[in-house]
Amino acid sequence: MTVTAAPLGQDKAVDPGPADRPRRRRRDRDTAGWPVAVLGWLGSLLLFSPIAYMLLKSFQTETDAAAPAPKLAFHPTLEHYQDAFQAGFWAYAGNSIAVAAVSTILVLLLAVPAAYALAVRPVRKAQDALFFFISTKMMPVAAGIIPIYVVAQRLGLLNTVVVLVILHLGMNLPLAIWMIRSFLQEVPGEVLEAAALDGAGRLRTMRSIVLPLVRPGLWSTALLCCVFSWNEYFYAVNLTTTTSTLPLFMQKFLSFGELYTAQVAAVATVVSIPVVILGWICQRSLVRGLLFGAVK
Amino acid sequence: MPRNKRLLTALLAVGTLFAVAACSDNSAGQDASGKTTITVALAANPQMKTAESLISDFEQKNPGIKVKFTVLPENDLRPAVTKDVATNSGQYDVAMIGSYEVPIWAKNGWIVPLDDYVAKDPAWDATDVLQPIKDIVSASGKLYAAPFYGSSSFLIYRKDLAQKAGVTIPEKPTWDQVAAAAAKMDDKSNGVSGICLRGLPGWGQNLAAITTVINTFGGRWFDEQWRPQLTSPETTRAVKFYVDLVRAHGQPDAAKEGWEGCLQQMTQGKTAMWYDDTVFAGPALQDGIPAVKDNLAFALAPVDKTPASGWLWAWALAVTKSSKHQDAAWKFISWATSKDYIKLAGTKAGWDAIPPGSRASTYDIPEYQEAAKSYAGLTLTSINTANPKQPTVQPVPYCCGVQYVQIPEFVDIGDYVSQQIAGAISGTQSVPDALQKSQEYTEKVVRKAGLLK
Repeated sequence: MTVTAAPLGQDKAVDPGPADRPRRRRRDRDTAGWPVAVLGWLGSLLLFSPIAYMLLKSFQTETDAAAPAPKLAFHPTLEHYQDAFQAGFWAYAGNSIAVAAVSTILVLLLAVPAAYALAVRPVRKAQDALFFFISTKMMPVAAGIIPIYVVAQRLGLLNTVVVLVILHLGMNLPLAIWMIRSFLQEVPGEVLEAAALDGAGRLRTMRSIVLPLVRPGLWSTALLCCVFSWNEYFYAVNLTTTTSTLPLFMQKFLSFGELYTAQVAAVATVVSIPVVILGWICQRSLVRGLLFGAVK
Repeated sequence: MPRNKRLLTALLAVGTLFAVAACSDNSAGQDASGKTTITVALAANPQMKTAESLISDFEQKNPGIKVKFTVLPENDLRPAVTKDVATNSGQYDVAMIGSYEVPIWAKNGWIVPLDDYVAKDPAWDATDVLQPIKDIVSASGKLYAAPFYGSSSFLIYRKDLAQKAGVTIPEKPTWDQVAAAAAKMDDKSNGVSGICLRGLPGWGQNLAAITTVINTFGGRWFDEQWRPQLTSPETTRAVKFYVDLVRAHGQPDAAKEGWEGCLQQMTQGKTAMWYDDTVFAGPALQDGIPAVKDNLAFALAPVDKTPASGWLWAWALAVTKSSKHQDAAWKFISWATSKDYIKLAGTKAGWDAIPPGSRASTYDIPEYQEAAKSYAGLTLTSINTANPKQPTVQPVPYCCGVQYVQIPEFVDIGDYVSQQIAGAISGTQSVPDALQKSQEYTEKVVRKAGLLK
């Protein structure tokens, strides 16, 4: 246990997790005054307004949507939603779901052991390894796209779901390792010690103690990975053509020579719905189970 | 050792997932019936959407061929297809490219000449294709792409507002007449601008319109030795005219509006005139508020010194060199650019949805004449009077192109110059300053390209 204790303390500075927690708890306890409440609501409305605008436009005709001042009274139409589904939505949606799901599962499968080896039982030079992971995010994607394209072409992976899965895996893995590592660091050493005293092996400890404790963290990591993968456009536009994901599907509505605001709003709404649902599901599990009750 | 075992398990799990992903993809990509699948890269536009929806007609006539589409906005389509053909990846069998790209791509060997296919396909009827359009999709005398639609530029205006202001717009106006009309129709108190002119930077945005003005005012981009002529008195007068007109009587925040903004303002009745592409006639009529719909009228592109000054553009379908199914690719192109297709699109999707401006026979179809009676004739005249071989008063060293210079460097030069002029439109610099910078930049680029010795 001495091995784990030292790096735990050492890493506090990089870890945003524990710093957040007391603040959140304090806010729960006292009821905030009305000025704070008003500010909160104003902020939420401000953040929601682009989405409301998009929803509003999606039910308008192109002529109404082009009006210089947003029209609030109009005859709603579902025509743009129909067009979106008729234009081959499901094939792209299937690909998007496959890429987001498979890449996220792979990310978690790789990130949990990696984070474990960096947080709970740090390997030698854990700091260097961590820095290496994050350094892979430092080069702009555009700088690497030509080599990636050529490699994908040689391997016959252009225009496949596989190439997107691989790249989204690479794209999300560093982030997932860093996030999960910070969650694993919050697992108190005493809990692991107790498990060891009870005779649990490492795998058993992982399965029965560590993973359940960090489950909310895993969910939020998975959510982020899914959202990033779902919204990813650059790789999709460069490496795939007919077998592609929803961001590429949206592009085809940015059409030369006609008004398209309402149509694009409708497609964007449809494309955002799964992410909103996913966020909502994960939110419930995020609120549930806070880690620190475990040792008290 | 248990650690290794666990590692192995994890690796196995990952491997399985990869296999699953790979399988699901293979089943989607392969064709069980042994059909030839061709992939067509398209620029997003309403006419092409119609073609995509009618593809079952082609697949019925050619049971051995399946067509898949990739539709991208034109600015994403260019790099996507360039990358594919330049690396010989063979992802696209057919690419929709603009008339600007055709000669450049032909020279690079990225697309194949179509003359042999055309000769063997008499039903396609090459003589029916409008000559100026054929000129801009050919290179060194060979046809390299089949025009899907062609367009020119003209003036769209509101006849009710013209009447109210007491101006008449002739069928072939001069720019001076248009400027005077814009001043009279400008009605800022009611939020209606006199004219909408593209101000947004981009070689395909404001520069397309500005170059036609430069051409007709007697200016030119280059003299015959490729010396840039952007600070010549004629070019300066033209750009100053454009900038002054749009600043005085144009749309608000002019440098931020491209064709999208002008189309919105025209359909919403916020501008009295609009100089832009002939393909906008249909959408302006279709999406206009009632007051606009009933009062739209059209006139030829305004002129100054040249007899005509409309631009010329075509979206054309080409067979890529890297395609492994070139014969099937031609079959698709032949279908999508045929007379029969235009009739099919008209009957199935509506006569305002057909690809215009490519074939003379389109303008003989009675249903189309009826559906597009206010602008079909003018579109045809605009295209036929445009002169891509000699768009300027003085000679130029390139062929062919009206609103662009037919060299690969033009995208770079054009984007730079258009930004300078947008700066003049927004008022951050004077026109002579903008043109001086443009002149210096252009000279540097053509010198580096080896055109200017």
